[in-house]
Amino acid sequence: MSTLEFDHVTVRYDASTVLDEVSLTVPDGGIVGLVGESGSGKSTLAKAAVGLAPVHGGRILLDGEPIRLRGRHRPVQMVFQDPFSSLDPRMTIGESIAEALYRPESGRLSRAGRRAEIARLLELVHLDPGRSGHLPGELSGGQRQRVALARALAGRPRLVIADEITSALDVSVQGAVLNLVREMQRELGLSMLFISHNLAVVRYVASQVAVMEGGRIVEHGPTAEVLGRPQHDYTRQLLAAIPGGHDIPTKETTP
Amino acid sequence: MSQRWIRIVKTPVGLVGLSLLSLIVLLAVFAPILWGDKASVVDTENLLAGPSAQHWFGTDNLGRDLFFRVLVATRLSLTLTLVATALGTVIGLVLGTAPELLGGRLGRLVTALVNVFVAFPGLLLVLVFAVIFGVGARGAVLAIGLAVAPGLARLCQTLVAGVTGLEYVAAARITGVNRFRIMARHVLPNVAEPLIVNVTITAGAILLSFAGLSFLGLGVQAPEYDWGRLMQDGLSGIFVHPLAALGPGIMVVLAGLAFNLTGEAIAGVFGISTPTGTGTLRVPTDETPVTDIPHDHAADGDLVLDVRDLSVTFPGANGPVRPVRGVSFGIAAGEAVGVVGESGSGKSLTALSIAGLVEEPASIDARHLTFCGTDLLEEPASGQTRDTLLGTSLAVVFQDPMTSFNPTMRIGAQLAEVGRHHQGLDRKKASARAVDRLRAVRVRDPERRARQYPFEFSGGMRQRAMIGMGLMGSPRLIIADEPTTALDVTVQSQVLALLQDVRREEGAALLLISHDVSVVADVCDRVLVMYAGRIVEDLPTADLRTRARHPYTRALVAAVPAMTTDIDTPLATIPGHPVEPAQVPVGCAYAARCPLATVRCREQDPTLTAGPGGSRVACWHADEPADVVTAEEALA
Amino acid sequence: MSLWVLVTVSFLMIHLVPGDPVRAALGMTAPTELVEAKRQALGLNDPLLTQYVHYLGNLLHGDLGESITTQLPVSETISQRLPATASLAVLAFLVAIAVAVPLGVTVAVATRRGRRRRTELAFAGGSVVLGAIPDFLVGVALVAVFAVGLGWFPVAGRTDASSYVLPVLALAIGPAAVLARIVRVEMLAVLETDYVRTARAKRLPARRIYLRHALPNAVTATLTLGGMLLASMVAGTVLVENVFSWPGLGSTIVQSIVTKDYPVVQGTVLVYGLGVLVINTLVDVALAVLDPRSTIGEL
Repeated sequence: MSTLEFDHVTVRYDASTVLDEVSLTVPDGGIVGLVGESGSGKSTLAKAAVGLAPVHGGRILLDGEPIRLRGRHRPVQMVFQDPFSSLDPRMTIGESIAEALYRPESGRLSRAGRRAEIARLLELVHLDPGRSGHLPGELSGGQRQRVALARALAGRPRLVIADEITSALDVSVQGAVLNLVREMQRELGLSMLFISHNLAVVRYVASQVAVMEGGRIVEHGPTAEVLGRPQHDYTRQLLAAIPGGHDIPTKETTP
Repeated sequence: MSQRWIRIVKTPVGLVGLSLLSLIVLLAVFAPILWGDKASVVDTENLLAGPSAQHWFGTDNLGRDLFFRVLVATRLSLTLTLVATALGTVIGLVLGTAPELLGGRLGRLVTALVNVFVAFPGLLLVLVFAVIFGVGARGAVLAIGLAVAPGLARLCQTLVAGVTGLEYVAAARITGVNRFRIMARHVLPNVAEPLIVNVTITAGAILLSFAGLSFLGLGVQAPEYDWGRLMQDGLSGIFVHPLAALGPGIMVVLAGLAFNLTGEAIAGVFGISTPTGTGTLRVPTDETPVTDIPHDHAADGDLVLDVRDLSVTFPGANGPVRPVRGVSFGIAAGEAVGVVGESGSGKSLTALSIAGLVEEPASIDARHLTFCGTDLLEEPASGQTRDTLLGTSLAVVFQDPMTSFNPTMRIGAQLAEVGRHHQGLDRKKASARAVDRLRAVRVRDPERRARQYPFEFSGGMRQRAMIGMGLMGSPRLIIADEPTTALDVTVQSQVLALLQDVRREEGAALLLISHDVSVVADVCDRVLVMYAGRIVEDLPTADLRTRARHPYTRALVAAVPAMTTDIDTPLATIPGHPVEPAQVPVGCAYAARCPLATVRCREQDPTLTAGPGGSRVACWHADEPADVVTAEEALA
Repeated sequence: MSLWVLVTVSFLMIHLVPGDPVRAALGMTAPTELVEAKRQALGLNDPLLTQYVHYLGNLLHGDLGESITTQLPVSETISQRLPATASLAVLAFLVAIAVAVPLGVTVAVATRRGRRRRTELAFAGGSVVLGAIPDFLVGVALVAVFAVGLGWFPVAGRTDASSYVLPVLALAIGPAAVLARIVRVEMLAVLETDYVRTARAKRLPARRIYLRHALPNAVTATLTLGGMLLASMVAGTVLVENVFSWPGLGSTIVQSIVTKDYPVVQGTVLVYGLGVLVINTLVDVALAVLDPRSTIGEL
């Protein structure tokens, strides 16, 4: 796995600046949580890293090299929010994963090799490999999100971006997906940019947190620091707004 | 695929369409072989004769039999149609996929050009092309084929754009699949059905265009003939015998209908995607246990809302489906009651049916349903009185503030309506009250805001206005169905705070539906937990996190990470899936996912039974400790 | 943009005709000198760009050239015949809307959520059949029944008010059927929206819900789709005029295509195209008035 570095990245759509010189580093093997409200630019940052948003300024580096956004086996892969539109309804889940499979330089993967690899990936996300012939319509939302994760891992990426991957799921399923994300990080050493509007979810999976507002990162640091002793007013507002009646940290508690 | 074709034939429209189409194809193939000679026999005895036993449609100016000529003309008419359709479709596909494949400026140019041509009606384009390609069958094919291309291209572009915006295409792009392969594998197969439908319907239109063009004398030229040509020949003699002109016309209409109906039938079958899985589980019928527990926390007289044994039933393919199955609860004046549950638990439907907003084909049954002492089940003596009561005393706040206002009406007018219809206010007073109510829900500059349209309001502002709309009267109960789900957290907390203030100021009770346990815990006094259309637990909010008695409630609370969750242990998960309303099992609906389930649970449905402190629970194993299921077990 | 394309297409049309258009118009037997003189007069021997600039310049002065066969100025022919076509189109347009909107709304309200299946089927069947019959055929049938058979209306020509009845009907019936279907579908969709549910939650009278909350929104969506249909009625006049020997532009354009009188074709195509653009613009304006969010589209 690798280090992803956003270096003063600016993204504009027509006249409006959606990302304003954003700098952020996702360390090797770490999960960085990105929180913010709708329109803050957090999804745009993810899209920029996979070439789906036009970058007007700054650089995106992977291990110090400009990130490759063309051709096969792109080093950064992404899992999307909506489990119902992120899989082609006409392709079996095996085919969806196969399309993204890593192919060695020496040539094509044998049929058996490909099947074995698909089975390995499905097991990795705790799905029965026997289901590779199923269509997405036969799977529940949580299972589809696992398939999406398996597909993202199929191309042997150096980093994975998860964009609100649990916000469309029912609460009883959300927990299982979050557990899986933590397990991947622990066992594969996966580097991840984990985007969510839910602070409690980010707190649970991420070792670092970055808070975005209006296209800028207003606060960034270790999760316990940022959520325990927030420095920026906006972070404090976000924390105060969480339902569930917990103590609102105040400025006085900072050292 | 073959199953779908069978389903098309099974619909009356599809049957008629396909039969007509087969008939026409058969005619096209065999008519010239069988009757080609008869159609060209010159009968000088019978020039321009009317219909007779010998000549059903009469004869033309050379005495040729018109009936056979109409039949024989099928081949040419159909051939021209198919060739022009193929031409139009190919060009349409190329132009339609070009913007996506070319990308950038070139792609935008293609889109712009197609848009310009689409603005002009097909017939006008046909005429222009007919000028260029000259009069005759070949010119007509080129003209009509080119004229339908822009329309198909535009359709294709719209469909393609719809699919390329989806996440699975983005995902394929990120994994490095090139754009031609994305088009071939992901996009075209997913737009094929609407395209086929439209090409079929376009073929019908093309057939009519040929008839029209030949009719104008610009299409097929003598001695060849198609239906349009025959019609034009017949028109001159319409005084003598109209059938000469109408006969070929009838064929044109039949053939056009054949294409249209077939297209509609395909559209209908592909549009409906009913899940094919047939449940082996039976739908529980009337022998569901009756829960007749008095609401002992409050005397009946104090109840704003009293619901007993409420069920909602939908007709289903395999018998009636009942997403709400016997729900009983009461809300005291000023009380805030929350309802939590996963999607499909019936919580929203419960709220909507109380508000009288569930429509046919759903039916609502209850043993008892009163609001402010008025029986809502009885047919009212005066509909107006009841509407006024509900319109002024019951406020409803919906989930999606973006779609819950009429986009073509000013916000102020939408509020003022309530005053005009239920409170007898005149236009001026109603407007003034609307502005006042917007102020009451802390909308800044309410005079100006009242004159704005919904699209000028942010989500949070709309939700405030929605609450303000409920405050036009003096609500005794506010039903809020996921009022903050579509909002950001900071806005959510403001809207929840507003609901609390309104409740305090107006003394209104609140029924808050939410999937988020923490939201309900923040706002409500009491929580109803719903699962598979039933209330499984009814408990004070204070007990929710620590003293819940139903294993489902406990699991639901433990599964959601909070700011205090231990981050070193895996989150609790609930194995399996929520129950589908069409497949509610016998016994306790939660048994299949429950760590405590025993044989009894799978056979007998537990009733909602009163416990200590006015709480209620429906579980044979209430209060038994259950180990939280860990991730690995849940996934196995 | 559309206007420019229209003008350019009408200009290029004549140049895309394979061979020499003048030769085609005058016939194979015409003497070479005459053809050459005509070419010179039409300016066909100049470079394309010069011709184009000339064409645009003449257009600005309302000069559309003159007919090859009759030598009359094209603009004169058009101004003579345009009123007949325009009045026909406008009347049919109004009739189609006046029938389709109330019908579509009524059927939608009556058959919503699976009520009155038979009414729904009858409406669906009737509108599909009527929509599938081409207008010229409706015209022929109307002539056969009401003019030839019953003798209620004149068979052809434009004389008094009664001569309008059949052509207007022929032109309006098909689009009215299709439009009524669209209105019904849109109305049904609108009746299922959240904001209609909000209106019901306010316990407003049914009439107000249908007319004040549902209808304006259904019409907005209908106009977008129905605008195309109305534009196609302009073109539909060509066929209907031929059925009724209506002295309008439709007969002119067909004759001039057959006789290869290209300046006349050019001029009439331009006028028809303009008619369509005017309708599209009117639809855009109507949308802007009805829907507070929309902006007036480009011409």
